[in-house]
Amino acid sequence: MLSTILDVVIGGLIMGGIYALIAVGLSLQYGVGRVLNVSHGEFIMIGAFATWSLYTLLGVSPLVSLVICGPVLFIIGFLIHRTLFQYLRDQSESIGAFADSSLLASFGLLFIIQNLALLIWKADIRGYSYLDSSFSVLDAVFAVNRLVALLFAVVISSVFYIFLTCTRLGKAIRAAAEDPTTAQVMGVNIHRVLAICFGLGALMAGFAGPLISMIYEIQPTMGLEYTIIAIIVVVLGGLGSITGSLIGGFILGLIGSIVTYFDAGLSLIAYYVIFILLLLVRPTGILGK
Amino acid sequence: MDITTFTSKRSFLYGLMFLILVLFATLPFCVPPYLVILLTTIFMYVIITLSWTIFSGPTRYISLASAAFFGVGVYTSALLGKTLPLPVVIAAGSLFSFILALCIGLLTLRLRGMYFIIFTFSISELIRHFLLWWETTMTGTVGRWVVIVDHTVVYYVILVIFVLVLLAAYLIRRSRFGLALRSIGEQEEAATHIGINATLVKTITFAISAFFMGATGAIMATKWKYIDPRIAFDPLLSFMPVLMAIFGGTGHLLGPVFGAAVFAYIEEILTTKFPYYYMLLFGSILIVVILFLPHGMVGLVQKWRKEGLRR
Repeated sequence: MLSTILDVVIGGLIMGGIYALIAVGLSLQYGVGRVLNVSHGEFIMIGAFATWSLYTLLGVSPLVSLVICGPVLFIIGFLIHRTLFQYLRDQSESIGAFADSSLLASFGLLFIIQNLALLIWKADIRGYSYLDSSFSVLDAVFAVNRLVALLFAVVISSVFYIFLTCTRLGKAIRAAAEDPTTAQVMGVNIHRVLAICFGLGALMAGFAGPLISMIYEIQPTMGLEYTIIAIIVVVLGGLGSITGSLIGGFILGLIGSIVTYFDAGLSLIAYYVIFILLLLVRPTGILGK
Repeated sequence: MDITTFTSKRSFLYGLMFLILVLFATLPFCVPPYLVILLTTIFMYVIITLSWTIFSGPTRYISLASAAFFGVGVYTSALLGKTLPLPVVIAAGSLFSFILALCIGLLTLRLRGMYFIIFTFSISELIRHFLLWWETTMTGTVGRWVVIVDHTVVYYVILVIFVLVLLAAYLIRRSRFGLALRSIGEQEEAATHIGINATLVKTITFAISAFFMGATGAIMATKWKYIDPRIAFDPLLSFMPVLMAIFGGTGHLLGPVFGAAVFAYIEEILTTKFPYYYMLLFGSILIVVILFLPHGMVGLVQKWRKEGLRR
């Protein structure tokens, strides 16, 4: 009994850690930049597949890939925002119109990235084993790779949180999230900050991808599911609230783990039900204003 | 332009439309069957896009629930098709979609903008996943067979639905109701202040647009023979009408018709041989259109016309 509970809780924390990482990325992109980036999951997928390729072809450790994927995706995200979304933002009459058009543009990105990946890696389900030895605590068995993934997820989110609260750039990002116009008046280079935010979102996806590939099976069409989960977590935690996304990630991970224990097929359904109820009852989320 | 040339131009347009319609109606007698089947698919996309535009065009509420309404029609057809005659099945499919849209409409009163978009998408995905789960765990068989109907019958039914949806879109656009929808799209608070019951207008229009999608789903199911939740509630069916309508332009009745026809044709050519390239093209065109043609092809034509007049 105790071991089952421990199993479910640890499983939930691992999922939660990854969800939190993904959601923080999306939260930056939407909460600050107003881009509901539905191609977020595709960036995760790229990270996961790059890691898989590097590991199976060249034997590069996934933890090394993680350090490569993050920055590379940061640059890609930064450039995409600088060209595509900045142009759209300047063209739009209102921020609401920009939110709509950027959502549609990111759907375009989703289709492009996903189908490029399908052309490169084919539609098969992939996986590899890395650090898959296990040890047991109180009769509950844990695989090492899962705990390593959890550890990395927690460390990355903590470092990121400290970055946002304690550095000058972090302050500029938070100011831009509060009120872009005033932030601009106060001397924040808004276009640069927004592009950095989008890049940071891609960076988080680039960190999450390799971690996911370490513990779950991957395929080129996996992105949308993670995007949806990220959107649910962001709404659950309250739009624009980074802390909310972190807490929301762990809450959803735990719920997912409990539901999976009873019936694995129901976990995604449970997420949707939670999400729909949340939108109906409290669309501002846990920590939203 | 004086009034006589105006009316004669209008009757000329009506006459032209009627001629085109007659042409389409006689087509199955003189072209090979595969062309009829191709046209059926194109009309399917045109209907879905047009009915999406009835609601989302003027109000600017982007709905991603088209797959849900279409799928409800498909499943109605699969469940009732064996026992009931075709017209009843189609009527039932559209009615169920209508009711579902009424429920969603009433639930989403408070939601706007982004929340509305993701809510509609979640509803449609929830239904899909729930049906998949239900069929795998409860009934043990995923998917079902649908009673097949002759392809010319399918074609004529689709054609009738197309005429109806075109008529509905035209009438709504021209009426006070359409004006109310547009003012909701411009500014909802102001619309409420001048006495428009925004909730009622939105919900009814949403349901009307779902009605036609349900009808289309019900008849298209008979063309596919076999259906499962992944086919019936394919999320692509929610994205397609948005792209097609934006590509064609929502500023004119013919915009979505044109956009859907072009895309459906490209899809039919590319999708079987190069599905990934098709989706790649789809994504690229989506981005290009959003960047450079915010009012679609119709907007482009209207701009050219204005410039021509000025010259």
